[in-house]
Amino acid sequence: MEKIFAHPEALYDVTTHYCPGCGHGIAHRLVAEVVDELGIREKTVGIAPVGCAVVAYDYWKFDCSEAAHGRALAVATAIKRVRPQNIVFTYQGDGDLAAIGTNETIHAANRGENLTVIFINNAVYGMTGGQMAPTTLLGQKTSTTINGRQQEKHGYPLKISEILAALPGVCYVERVSFHNPQGVLRAKQAIKQGFKNQMNNLGFSLIEVLSPCPTYWGLSPKGSLDWIKDVMQKEFPLGRIK
Amino acid sequence: MVKKRILISGNEAIAEGAIQAGCNFYAGYPITPQNELIAYMAKHMPLSGGVFIQAESELAAINMVYGASAAGARAMTSSSSPGVSLKQEGISYISGAQLPAVIVNIMRGGPGLGNIAPAQSDYFQATRGGGHGDYHLIVLAPASVQEAYDLTQAGFYLADKYRIAVMILGDGILGQMMEPLKLSTGKTKAPILKPWALTGCKGRNPNIVKSFFLREGDLEKFNLKLQGNYEVIRKKEARYEGLLLDDAKVILVAYGTMARIAKSALNQLRLAGKKVGLIRPISLWPFPEKAFQPRNKKVKYLAVEMSYGQMVEDVRLAVGGYAQVDFLGRSGGGIPSEDEIITKVDKLI
Repeated sequence: MEKIFAHPEALYDVTTHYCPGCGHGIAHRLVAEVVDELGIREKTVGIAPVGCAVVAYDYWKFDCSEAAHGRALAVATAIKRVRPQNIVFTYQGDGDLAAIGTNETIHAANRGENLTVIFINNAVYGMTGGQMAPTTLLGQKTSTTINGRQQEKHGYPLKISEILAALPGVCYVERVSFHNPQGVLRAKQAIKQGFKNQMNNLGFSLIEVLSPCPTYWGLSPKGSLDWIKDVMQKEFPLGRIK
Repeated sequence: MVKKRILISGNEAIAEGAIQAGCNFYAGYPITPQNELIAYMAKHMPLSGGVFIQAESELAAINMVYGASAAGARAMTSSSSPGVSLKQEGISYISGAQLPAVIVNIMRGGPGLGNIAPAQSDYFQATRGGGHGDYHLIVLAPASVQEAYDLTQAGFYLADKYRIAVMILGDGILGQMMEPLKLSTGKTKAPILKPWALTGCKGRNPNIVKSFFLREGDLEKFNLKLQGNYEVIRKKEARYEGLLLDDAKVILVAYGTMARIAKSALNQLRLAGKKVGLIRPISLWPFPEKAFQPRNKKVKYLAVEMSYGQMVEDVRLAVGGYAQVDFLGRSGGGIPSEDEIITKVDKLI
């Protein structure tokens, strides 16, 4: 009988530390499946962010580096330049990529670094207890926007993917979502595309994933998926941006 | 193998020394007075097959050094005081991840934007860690263009040997000044194996470069390992030059450019029959405490710095109270002159 589903080789068979309903576990697995399918596990180097996914290297079975908060793309730039034969990707949250690391993000993209970025947008700082993120929606309550994000005080949700898509060095930007199984499958295709682009030396690819954080959204896991579909996708529409 | 002599600035000598030592990655950001270094690297690094990146910031530059070193490269960045302040985040992470790296600080006046005059007021920052956490850099302080070249080469070797960041600490005079330089093929090119580097996990278990130890007890255990490494370095890597110490009644203590001015003052004082010596720390961390071994209790030390008293604290710690330690210093553009040193020594003698 043909085996059509198995635990990815690129993923350790361990329990993750993530909260129930969190999207990181899905994203980790998709990356691992793609790495396996492309046969690149032994030459992949992943950069784990500061944030909930800081110990992603406890789950991925390939070489990994931590980076200081926001600096993943500076670290990745150097690894890829030193070892162009390796496949290098960063895995970053919204605070990491679009707040403290905006400078590193924009300049790595503008240099057209041949890298793949998995950008997990859950509209909140998870690891530190649910503060406002650059991508927090207007009206969304967080521990630092207790009456909801207000544009007058806090500015608007930052659409970093649209900003990056405007840069000539960027070859591929797509926003996907974990709100349902079809969305997850589409996310996998996009992640695979991002890695293939790097293998074909096409430049900077970024996949933004709308990912649930039930704990700091104050919703059930199912309610979180509905919130992504009904609320978050209105601010962050899905699809190929570039 | 000695090849030839060329006339070159300190900044360029550091860059050339790095290339001779097998440096194959440089990232930097422009700042005066070290711009000749980044320009030299931009031109020569690609010629030697290395990677040069002009980073978008000092933060990015030091984090690129982190990445390059994690991938096994011999990596360097350079800057001057305000830029080195920005790099402290990355230096702490590099130290926490035990990554070898060479960081050059061609010091200028501070605090804040300060000015572009030479200074030695980053001594505390360089020798006390600078960023957060319990860590040290090896800090080497050249006093000539030749020594800048030689110590940069040594720095790469020490960085790889101990998996530590090495700082080359100069000042604006050293960076800008041109002197003859004897080129030599680096002894440090012999590769030190880096089985921990991120090269892809083919044929081995995955490597992880990290400084995060969340589980109870793990970070303390790791910090003790770092401290063990520092202890070995303290014992083995302290360097200094001692001059006319045996009969000295006053011993000048100065490093880098300041030591050259102190040496001129010493020569004049000796001509006048005054018994003056000089200790020139070459490694500022580890500080060469042995140079201050108990002598005649009547000996007096005079620390001379282009700062308002930073290295002098290490002199006092090394002397441990057995002799008097005096201080002469200026900073912010002022440099203690030969005459000022002579006047001060005359008062002490």
